[in-house]
Amino acid sequence: MTRFAWLPHPGLSLLLTGVWLLLTNQLSLGHLLLGLFLGWVIPLLLRRYLIFVPRVRKPLKLCLFLLKVFWDIVVANLHVARLVLGPKERLNPAFLEVPMVIEDEFLLATLACIISLTPGTVSAGLTPDRKTLLLHALDAPDIKALVAELKHRYEAPLLEIFECSPT
Amino acid sequence: MPFWIELLICAFLLLGSLFALVGAIGLYRLPDFFTRLHAPTKATTLGVGGIIIASVIFFSVQKQGLSLHELLLTLFLFITAPVSAHMLSKAALQQGLPAMDKTRGRRWKDDGF
Repeated sequence: MTRFAWLPHPGLSLLLTGVWLLLTNQLSLGHLLLGLFLGWVIPLLLRRYLIFVPRVRKPLKLCLFLLKVFWDIVVANLHVARLVLGPKERLNPAFLEVPMVIEDEFLLATLACIISLTPGTVSAGLTPDRKTLLLHALDAPDIKALVAELKHRYEAPLLEIFECSPT
Repeated sequence: MPFWIELLICAFLLLGSLFALVGAIGLYRLPDFFTRLHAPTKATTLGVGGIIIASVIFFSVQKQGLSLHELLLTLFLFITAPVSAHMLSKAALQQGLPAMDKTRGRRWKDDGF
């Protein structure tokens, strides 16, 4: 992190430049320069408040993982649509406690976001020691199976893709 | 604009509005706070997703150039929607809002337990 004092987060700088170009919705040299400038200055001003993002170890796997998440969102949407329109007796709501292996702040937030974005499950709480995540599920006939599936589908790939030590 | 592109745009618009409608119906029909919380996640994913794709196609064809700034909406929604849902359900747990009788599992009273 101290290697480049004048450019603390190269990835974030590129991302901000991209966001700026998308916001203006036109590609010209002036906007590119302005975007690069903003991408350079904003991380520099905020460097004391930014959390540490672990390095991506397998970029290809990350892309595949994101595609899988999008696909899961579509499938889960159809499932929840059927539940919403069907009779209420078919609902099986439950609170689940998922033990977390991930310790990293950023990955934990990412995992909770993915779980909430997939319709049918919403993250509802985290213990202060960050070891257990509370979820509410709309339809969970088998609590244990759902917890195992979430851990297998989302937590394990995240641990594999990002550089961090599972403890 | 060719006819088949108009057809494609209409299909995506209809798909998006359909899922937004299902989300709204869920908000009305589902019995307790925690189950109702699931409805907006539908509207923000496939509902907005379909409308965004339609918008990208429409403006890209109309202006003869790629128009992608709608994609930012997805980015912002995907960052903010789960956070607000998380905060809402935490607040509901703390207030002790009633859940459906059928709800299984242990609910936490407050932060942690």
